[in-house]
Amino acid sequence: MITLNGKECESTATLNALLEKYGYRREVIAVEINGVIIKKEDYDTQAVNDGDVIEVVHFMGGGAPEDKLVLGGHEFTSRFILGSGKYSLELIKAAVENAGAQIITLALRRARGGETANILDYIPKNVTLLPNTSGARNADEAVRIARLARETGCGDFVKIEAIRDTKYLLPDNYETLKATEVLAKEGFVVMPYMYPDLNFARDLQNAGAACVMPLGSPIGSNKGLCTKEFIKILIDEIDLPVIVDAGIGKPSQACEAMEMGAAAVMANTAIATAGDVSAMAGAFRKAIEAGREAYLAGMGGIVEGGARASSPLTGFLRD
Amino acid sequence: MSERCDCMQYMDGMEVIGSDMLDEVISAMNAYDYESYSERDVKEALSKDVLTPKDFGALLSPAAAPFLEEIAQRAMNETRKHFGNSIAMFTPLYIANYCENYCVYCGFNCHNKIRRARLTEEEIEREMAEISKTGLEEILILTGESRKMSDVDYIASACAVAKKYFNVVGVEVYPMNSGEYAKLHKSGADFVTVFQETYNSGKYETLHLEGHKRVFPYRFYAQERAILGGMRGVGFAALLGLADFRKDAFATGMHAYLLQKKYPHAEIAFSCPRLRPIINNDKINPKDVHEPQLLQVICAYRIFMPFASITISTRESERFRDNVIKIAATKISAGVDVGIGGHSGDKKGDEQFEISDGRNVDEVFEAIERQGLQPVMSDYIYV
Repeated sequence: MITLNGKECESTATLNALLEKYGYRREVIAVEINGVIIKKEDYDTQAVNDGDVIEVVHFMGGGAPEDKLVLGGHEFTSRFILGSGKYSLELIKAAVENAGAQIITLALRRARGGETANILDYIPKNVTLLPNTSGARNADEAVRIARLARETGCGDFVKIEAIRDTKYLLPDNYETLKATEVLAKEGFVVMPYMYPDLNFARDLQNAGAACVMPLGSPIGSNKGLCTKEFIKILIDEIDLPVIVDAGIGKPSQACEAMEMGAAAVMANTAIATAGDVSAMAGAFRKAIEAGREAYLAGMGGIVEGGARASSPLTGFLRD
Repeated sequence: MSERCDCMQYMDGMEVIGSDMLDEVISAMNAYDYESYSERDVKEALSKDVLTPKDFGALLSPAAAPFLEEIAQRAMNETRKHFGNSIAMFTPLYIANYCENYCVYCGFNCHNKIRRARLTEEEIEREMAEISKTGLEEILILTGESRKMSDVDYIASACAVAKKYFNVVGVEVYPMNSGEYAKLHKSGADFVTVFQETYNSGKYETLHLEGHKRVFPYRFYAQERAILGGMRGVGFAALLGLADFRKDAFATGMHAYLLQKKYPHAEIAFSCPRLRPIINNDKINPKDVHEPQLLQVICAYRIFMPFASITISTRESERFRDNVIKIAATKISAGVDVGIGGHSGDKKGDEQFEISDGRNVDEVFEAIERQGLQPVMSDYIYV
């Protein structure tokens, strides 16, 4: 038996025989056996062995290429990053599942010892952990927290938060950049939380950030995309994924960010404080997916009125 | 005839900078299929605040032709938004027409029998003094492309003289290394324009038969070297009509777009030349780039890069120029002589091409004012 495009089926002696048996047109396909791509001229001689895993692919009309979020070489199909603060531990699992989230942020805190319940026990194993540096007031502290977090064995991802304002919790771009420079050199997948400033975003890009995470409005404010015009500029100008973080209070706001071309949305408070946490996680998921699909579909042509010269501008032309 | 060199190989002494912009521009141009755009794509492009390269492609496509009026309206709005009513004035000054290149369409080409000349420093000063009396404060210094007859020191000294008479000095000379651009910059030049002519390297090869200009990538990277040499701004152009003008315009836009992305502080300018008759060949013409196509290209540049300066050449008629400054162009030359030495005395050397709009500075100034626009002699304060 072999596995052909995910299904168990009977084997044949050669690849050519297999393709004929299952009716593939060899001129329009590509074949991979156990992860190795087979050249067309080798189809006749390529042996098929019991247990082989074979993938046969072809193009399809107008096809939808897989739409993935790529961060530091890692691929994700979900564009919803879930924050893990402000939950009771029991609710986290349901929220993650209903959100379909593949990335969840975590804060590092001093362990007390003797604790039985740890947040990691409630997060499904296939979810990527994104430790943040919350609590850091400057670059040095953020770097230290990031290094400690990596030691817990949760991977190379880090979300940089460098905040020295306890009232609004606005990120300090200067300290964030310094931490990004250090951590990117150390091989972290650096995801900096930032105030949406174009020059600063360019600096982060040059420093090796994996994305930029501009705030939509003050954290926890649920005010939505107060910084919309500036986030748009980042989306237009920066080659990294732009992930809207902070201030997203409603699914409609998350959808709006995605329609604009944001690569992902991060939300926490809006879900953690909802009447039904897991249902709200699901609502956000749908909104983010809808916004993404709308963006990929190409927004409809709404030509704005605007000022118009009273007489035609092009009447003077000669062929 | 000596064997022609490979136009993609650098010659000795040509600086190679680590950049992959050429590959990016050429692959984008090759992938640009202007026939694939529909009316919908054009409308979508016009509905956006900030255009993507794909939208730019839509505006250059044949599908956009029926929307030329809408495109012109949008272009005018962008122009006024970014430049107000101001139109910059300048004049080019040709200081030498010796050339070592054989570019089949150009009057200066080394095999064309024309009167060759090079102004001395005194003559340059006399020409500039004369030009500055017209009130102009910006000058563009041009030479034919001969490193032998117009070496870098010669051009640098012309820049230094220019700085005495003008506030803004640009150069349109042969491509140089970044250190040489730095030298010109130190001598007072702040803007560099280099026409790539065509981005189709196969076609380029057949048009530029001899000389250093044959080296396609060295020319391509001139703007980047100029920025590395400290210049404030750089200008781009394809000579429309040499090859497929839509592809060339698309590549020109992409070139400028990627350069601005890489060097966000760089000021960007476009020129939009069409082919013109030259001495000893009056058959040269703009081919399929008629006025509507030219306007479409200019407007596409404007809407794609609303902040860019766009210069309208004296190759175009008075009527076209007066109208296009209302819509998209922001810079216009006046009192133009494309020969050598004609401003202050007898002409010593012949012209590069035939100009169409021969109006002097006062006439162009008044024409700008008649359009309700404001002629501006210089936008910069050097401190």
